[in-house]
Amino acid sequence: MLRIVHKLRSGFAKMTVREAINSAMAQEIERDPNVFLIGEEVGQYQGAYKVSKGLYDRFGKSRIWDTPITEAGFTGLSVGASMYGLKPIVEFMTFNFAMQAIDHVINSAAKLHYMSAGGLKTSIVFRGINGAAASVAAQHSQCFAAWYSQVPGLIVLSPYDCEDARGLLKAAVRDPNPVVFLENEIMYNEAFEVPDNVMDKDYLIPIGKAKIMKEGKDVTIVTFSKMVKFSMLAAAELEREGISCEVINLRTLKPLDRNTILESIKKTHRVVTVEEGWGQCGIGAEICSIINESNAFFHLDAPVVRVTGADIPTPYAFNLEELSFPKAHNIVEAVKLVLK
Amino acid sequence: MKHFMRFSKISKAFKEVPSQYVYQINPIQNFEQIKQFRVIDLEGNLIAKEYNNIPKETLNQIFDLMLTIEEMDNILYMSQRQGKISFYMTSFGETATTVGTTAALQPQDFIFPQYREQGSFMWRGFTIEQIVNQCIGNHLDGGKGRQMPVHYGSKDLNIVTVSSPLTTQVPQASGAGYGFRVNGENKIAATWFGEGAASEGDFHSAMNFAQTLKCQTLFLCRNNHYAISTPTDDQFKGDTIAGKAPAYGMRTLKIDGNDLLAVYNGVKYAREEIIKNKEPFFIEFITYRIGDHSTSDHSVLYRSQEEIDSWKSGNNPINRLGLFLKKQGLRQFNDEHDNQIRKDVKNRVIAALKHGSEQQSPSIHDLFTDVYDEVLPHLQDQYTQLREHLTKYKDQYPINKFKGGL
Repeated sequence: MLRIVHKLRSGFAKMTVREAINSAMAQEIERDPNVFLIGEEVGQYQGAYKVSKGLYDRFGKSRIWDTPITEAGFTGLSVGASMYGLKPIVEFMTFNFAMQAIDHVINSAAKLHYMSAGGLKTSIVFRGINGAAASVAAQHSQCFAAWYSQVPGLIVLSPYDCEDARGLLKAAVRDPNPVVFLENEIMYNEAFEVPDNVMDKDYLIPIGKAKIMKEGKDVTIVTFSKMVKFSMLAAAELEREGISCEVINLRTLKPLDRNTILESIKKTHRVVTVEEGWGQCGIGAEICSIINESNAFFHLDAPVVRVTGADIPTPYAFNLEELSFPKAHNIVEAVKLVLK
Repeated sequence: MKHFMRFSKISKAFKEVPSQYVYQINPIQNFEQIKQFRVIDLEGNLIAKEYNNIPKETLNQIFDLMLTIEEMDNILYMSQRQGKISFYMTSFGETATTVGTTAALQPQDFIFPQYREQGSFMWRGFTIEQIVNQCIGNHLDGGKGRQMPVHYGSKDLNIVTVSSPLTTQVPQASGAGYGFRVNGENKIAATWFGEGAASEGDFHSAMNFAQTLKCQTLFLCRNNHYAISTPTDDQFKGDTIAGKAPAYGMRTLKIDGNDLLAVYNGVKYAREEIIKNKEPFFIEFITYRIGDHSTSDHSVLYRSQEEIDSWKSGNNPINRLGLFLKKQGLRQFNDEHDNQIRKDVKNRVIAALKHGSEQQSPSIHDLFTDVYDEVLPHLQDQYTQLREHLTKYKDQYPINKFKGGL
């Protein structure tokens, strides 16, 4: 039975992104006896961020595994389990700590299917918080979207709202490939209204397909995760000034939905990319390149503008951290720049 | 062309390799449990008389510092709840380990902390004001507002900056200890880690390398029974962490971590042995985490108040040391004087919080310094962009709160 926070009116419910992820995991664990959740503090502590709240009580320790402190250990173990038919959902307390297990994610999970000529399957989901939170400084704030998106063999997803969280996580669990699922701590508390069909136990979102959050005609904003929120705020402000933005929520970072991006450009002729992570070799850099390599390039009326985080390890002091990451007003500035 | 390599002088030719045999299957699981070294009992009575050798002045300084840390931790924990700082980690119940150890080391020894060793910092002279300013992240913070609270470091005090990912400091200490040996220095690398952190792969590498390469490294494990909510039963099997060390060929002590005299004597012994033999040493302190893991934790969710109280009243390092000092006539206890000490600390912390919160935030220039040795051109560009942005929108930002303004 699904726990729904508020039934607002018939056909809709209100829930937080945290609840969306929790309910998606619960449904998948219920559906498939091979699925289990593994990580530090996921069981009896209800999750370091309470994302797995209630799952231990409901499914017990054979499906919700609390582990000793070793990312390398439990990731290696999970990759092995996946090779032999189980379906682990590996929770990293933050993707920053996943670096202690990066060899297992990249050299094993991502590459073994190819290296074994299809003999070994590593069907596994790696999930956890990614990017900046608040006042947690350099070792807890890095965005790993660009790093993981570069690796062949990995599917990389990054949800924004509840619909994304539910549909993408369920799709990830059912996908036979290794999936890196990048969540966001600040978004966990955000509540959204969702239509009833999103709560369905078989609600899935196609992997590799971006979503147009808002249609527009003057400029395309391409973004993902928490930056979708700021892009929408920027778009609302720009609308008041008569500028119509089309906001694309990528949802999948690998494989990138080139088609949606390129078709949008042919309509608007101007692009702004927005990401929280560092600029060099980032998602925006990749988007610039793919535009360059397609005939959509000839539809551009201005060079692509990228909005990214500052090229520094994230500082802790509140004033410095505020200045390190894009906000809505930076996106507004970027749109005005591309329109100039 | 002949390639010449020098091989180990120890031959592995079959007849040269010493081996012993048994003729029955008798698997080994547990070696005899290592006992905890103890000098005073739970009521502060002196049991192991030959270790009653710490100068009276040192003992009193240690006791004063343990009281200070307890008071400071109390105020700072509460100040997080009041929104004055964003995060804090207390060390209730564990200060005999940190203060006692640091008092027994030499000032030139490098310390690689985990995060619960304010005792080590403060014994060497890190002040309440330095701690508070770091937690607030103002311009006075020695860390330039870069790190989360309790992530202190001090080059002057030879204490390496706290880093969040667990256990990474341990192989680093092996490396430093290797350098000290190779350079013939009278220095050791002492590294702290909890019993939970000892589950990480880095622990294994660090231990194996230290003994194999002969590093002047002292491994200090604070076994405080919990790693956030994970109790030791779920963290490892075998004879705690100390049980693993001899398997690396390392000399090992298990010490009652709430017995200050045992801590001090054990560490002093270990340090001498490391310098003498040029080999690492392993110490596990058995203690208890009386407080929550951090301000993000609420430990009564996973352990009983009775359990916490049993250690707080029954096996408390401050009480035990206090009783020892009283019984040996090494300190005059009187309520008025002792309350005054606590009150002075409390006032000092509160004053530091007030003063600290009135300070400006770190300079925006410090956003871009120390990324590299020098501020590289692309960063200089971003700094220029930032200043233009802030100049243009200066009424949208609290510029007067930034040290050095624009």
